Amino acid sequence: MQQDYLRPTSLEAALAALPGRQVLAGGTDILPAEAGAQAWLRHTPRPLLDISALPGLNGIEASATHLRIGALVTWAQLRRAALPPGFAGLQQAAAQVGGAQVQNRATLLGNLCNASPAADGVPPLLTLGAEIELASPKARRTLPLASFLHGNRSTALAPNELALALLLPLPPATARAGFLKLGARSHLVISIAMAAALIHVENGIIQHARLAIGACSAVAQRLPLAEAALLGQPANPALLLPEHLDALTPIDDVRAPATYRRHAALTLLRRLLETLA
Amino acid sequence: MTTLLVNGTAHSVTAAPATRLSAVLRDHLNLTGTKVGCDAGDCGACTILLNGAQACACLVPLAQAQDQAITTVEGLAAQPLGAAMQASFLAHGAAQCGICTPGMLMAAMELLATTPNPTAAETETALGGVLCRCTGYRKIIQAVMAATSLPSTTPPPGAVGQSIPRLDGLAKLTGQEQFGADTAPANALWLRPIRSPYAHARFSIGSAAHLPARLLTAADIPGRNSFGIYPDIKDQSVFAEGYARYRGDCVAALLGDRATVEAIPWADLPITWEELPAISAEAALTAPALHPRWPDNVLSTGHLRSGEAEPPAAHTATGTWQTSFVEHGYIEPEAGWAERHGDAIHVHGCTQAPYMDRDEVAAVLGIPLDSVRIIPSACGGGFGGKLDVSFQPMLAVAAWLTGRPVRTIYSRPESLASSTKRHPAHIQASASCDTTGRLTSFNFEGSYDTGAYASWGPTVAGRVPVHCMGPYRVPHVRARARAILSTNPPSGAFRGFGVPQAAIAQEALWDELADKAGLDRLEFRLLNALRDGDTTNTGQTLHHSVGLAACLEALRPHWHALRAARRHSAHRRAGVGIACMWYGIGNTGMSNPSTMRLTLSPAGRLTFHNGAVDIGQGSTTVLTQIAAQALGLPPAAFHLVLYDTGLTADAGKTSASRQTFVSGRAAQAAGEALRAAILRRANAGPDAQLALTNGILTVNGYPLALDTTLEGTGSFDPPTVPLDANGQGIPYATYGFAAQLAALEVDLQLGTIHLQKIVAAHDVGRAINPILVEGQVEGGIAQGIGLALMEEYLPGRTENLHDYLIPTIGDVPEIETILVEAHEPQGPFGAKGIGEPALVPTAPAIFSAIRDATGARITRIPALPHRVLEAIRHGH
Repeated sequence: MQQDYLRPTSLEAALAALPGRQVLAGGTDILPAEAGAQAWLRHTPRPLLDISALPGLNGIEASATHLRIGALVTWAQLRRAALPPGFAGLQQAAAQVGGAQVQNRATLLGNLCNASPAADGVPPLLTLGAEIELASPKARRTLPLASFLHGNRSTALAPNELALALLLPLPPATARAGFLKLGARSHLVISIAMAAALIHVENGIIQHARLAIGACSAVAQRLPLAEAALLGQPANPALLLPEHLDALTPIDDVRAPATYRRHAALTLLRRLLETLA
Repeated sequence: MTTLLVNGTAHSVTAAPATRLSAVLRDHLNLTGTKVGCDAGDCGACTILLNGAQACACLVPLAQAQDQAITTVEGLAAQPLGAAMQASFLAHGAAQCGICTPGMLMAAMELLATTPNPTAAETETALGGVLCRCTGYRKIIQAVMAATSLPSTTPPPGAVGQSIPRLDGLAKLTGQEQFGADTAPANALWLRPIRSPYAHARFSIGSAAHLPARLLTAADIPGRNSFGIYPDIKDQSVFAEGYARYRGDCVAALLGDRATVEAIPWADLPITWEELPAISAEAALTAPALHPRWPDNVLSTGHLRSGEAEPPAAHTATGTWQTSFVEHGYIEPEAGWAERHGDAIHVHGCTQAPYMDRDEVAAVLGIPLDSVRIIPSACGGGFGGKLDVSFQPMLAVAAWLTGRPVRTIYSRPESLASSTKRHPAHIQASASCDTTGRLTSFNFEGSYDTGAYASWGPTVAGRVPVHCMGPYRVPHVRARARAILSTNPPSGAFRGFGVPQAAIAQEALWDELADKAGLDRLEFRLLNALRDGDTTNTGQTLHHSVGLAACLEALRPHWHALRAARRHSAHRRAGVGIACMWYGIGNTGMSNPSTMRLTLSPAGRLTFHNGAVDIGQGSTTVLTQIAAQALGLPPAAFHLVLYDTGLTADAGKTSASRQTFVSGRAAQAAGEALRAAILRRANAGPDAQLALTNGILTVNGYPLALDTTLEGTGSFDPPTVPLDANGQGIPYATYGFAAQLAALEVDLQLGTIHLQKIVAAHDVGRAINPILVEGQVEGGIAQGIGLALMEEYLPGRTENLHDYLIPTIGDVPEIETILVEAHEPQGPFGAKGIGEPALVPTAPAIFSAIRDATGARITRIPALPHRVLEAIRHGH
């Protein structure tokens, strides 16, 4: 039984064929999942739509206001790109997604569409105010990333929609950003918790702060309470308090218990602030 | 039709577009140098270059490789940089079993293309996606960094004590080495084991007439439907009969052509399940019997009772520890094939114990032993996990019944679910010393979760009491270790047979006693160390080769320097830890002989018939060096006939750190015997010089013509005395000794551990090939790091290599190895074993360092960050 597999070369053809098919770009999430299912004879092959031959989706383009990252841009491309310091957190995440082989193949948009709670790209993209551009045969729409991600393995993608690009507003030129990932080994590790921050300090006072935590809730989250606590203050990690993380809903799993995750998230956040201040 | 450009050659392939590129390379183009370890991008064994960029071939659908330039390991030798990398890997001893080597080479090629002289950090980043379970990575890093500047030196001839490159190394670097999944006849049927998804279940199997493939069950077994390590314990079924005792227990197997078998969904199987409650080892002590033979679910108990009156003690330390299931994590999953030849059966595949496999296959088929031939493939790592049979009996049954060759390749989840594990141990221990710090007593109670079947559980229960007080003088010891059955995976043999778990308890108690007695922790160990002439707690007097004190003395300057260099920062505290170990070489109080054979034909062909399976540790090289030294000809003169029950004598299994010592001594005897035969013919004295050039043997420069093949056979069985009910006897002919230091930093807020350096001093008697010994030490340390910090197998939850974590290239710090040579007169040229000793002290040294840094005692293992943090909070 041969798996239904399409690899269109135009967006129109891709969108026409999309309903009922699983979209494949870098393949680094879909093929591993198949291995696990096959081992217990639970494999039910879904028709695949390979978008890797679609034109015009593999670039990182800067406009006066935005960075546009196409659906086929890989972590390695992003890691190597010359970008302003406000993108440093995203680039640090890019260097920690899987190993070099995965970074060479996996796409940012795939990471988002896969919608794992531990997706490394989400926290830095949330701090960047990322929006995701979706296309259906008849329309295009743009959603803020936080609205696109609905839950564990769940997104706002309609059955006839394809994610085309990420739109990242350019942060202030003096903004600084960072990303910290915590796992139980140094490479190839699924995060226990991760933190991303983008801050802008002027004359020692925080003018702009965006903070996000991943792997501590079904979808990585911005922390509005923590951000508000920092605004207008000197950058001091002690301003970040446990109650600022109350909205997180970490789980107990094989990697760590929830209480530890919550504690680690705050610790990572404070450290980020310390290094960025 | 898809066109691929592989190593500069265009190939047309007809395969489904979703087919993994790794499968296309291996199955369609016969380029089996690209290995498959997980099909999930977790291990990197299948790393290739796709347009110059490293990629896991298992994650590339064929459609995406269309017209792309692909480089595989087979294409390296033709490129100057590739050839240089291969030479550097060989020279540095960077390949052991060789299964990860192609992936490592390819990842390194991507790096060197842009960075000819990389730093260690750049190398680690580039190779971070390839797992190695043998080497500990350090020699790989060195090899990559030196690849473009390798000095052209001629290796030494290979006398005992010289580091020569491994004799079987080249094939591991070119992709030519044939592992279990790399060969099988084209017409082979495909066998797919069906396993229980439940830890505990009853099941019934109905008619399989609706299936497009044959379903083999217990009813198809011609002989005995069971196997097991011990002659009197054959408790594990080839195909379980109505009752499954762990998730992964094999109940049946599909047999047919591969595509048909692989398309059969679980729902089509005619198996009805009744799930039963899982039974932990703790609960098993009061639960109904899992096997009628062991009504209390206690498989085996080992005792040691030594010393009657307990000397007066001044200080006491006590503790409780719990370790986890640990998976061997060999990068090569189980794989092989079998073929019937008339009334005989041949089984090919990866194994550590071909003669044990032969015995099991013969019994399962109900045929004589000499009708079974086991032909081991290269073995992509074992560490104890390939001592038990896995695929061998069922492949043999399938091939026997059908008359067709039959093959199987386990997937990573299947390998993880079905194979044996390291025993989780629950340990309670206490120890005392007097006011001067001399040990007075040690008490040990260990409950080892031995899982669903016996496997090597009795060996663990036997070994632990002998070793649990460590290599120290302890006047009074009471020890008990029990192997307790459960519905967990069978716990079997894993590098150290339960001793690494015990060493964690023992060494933690010493640290506490040293502190209470006001002694330096190294000096405390030295004060109590066993020395030549001491009698152990089993009543064995060690006359020779007790090198522990020499190890500790060698470490002393490093100990003081590392301690002086501890620097604390705001979030991190530094610590230095120490731990020692001893390890009995060979089987415990049981015969474990080896026989080696050399022949010299009239045509001048010198052949070494060596049945010791080299699973990467280097026995093929070491045993040849020993035989060569004894014979008086260099290793390069030898032709090798390696491990095949049809061609070589029984060398015993590759386990218990025994091949260098036991087979080495046999190889020495074989070399001496052939030398004696030559000298008799030449009527030459014992110091005669031999040479073998172009098939002409010369003795003292004079050619010696042979009219018949000369032979030298040597055997050795280390002398032991079985242990009595109190654990008294001579369990081992000799022991390895070691002490290791670990320097690390503990993140006080996150509980993460940052290893800085390991210094390892190992008494190996004599280092036959120092670079290979170092490789064993570094690889053992890496596994010890995994045991200490991250490895925890949870059935059904960590059945892949992204949830089950083993150390990556960034998790093994700098390692300094100090080889101590306390000559062992029974060993070949004084040598003892090293395989297991390397692992034993690492975890306790790490925990000692964590305690040094923070005061926290780690009692729940592995020391995942949250557990470390909890221990720190309890510690204060």
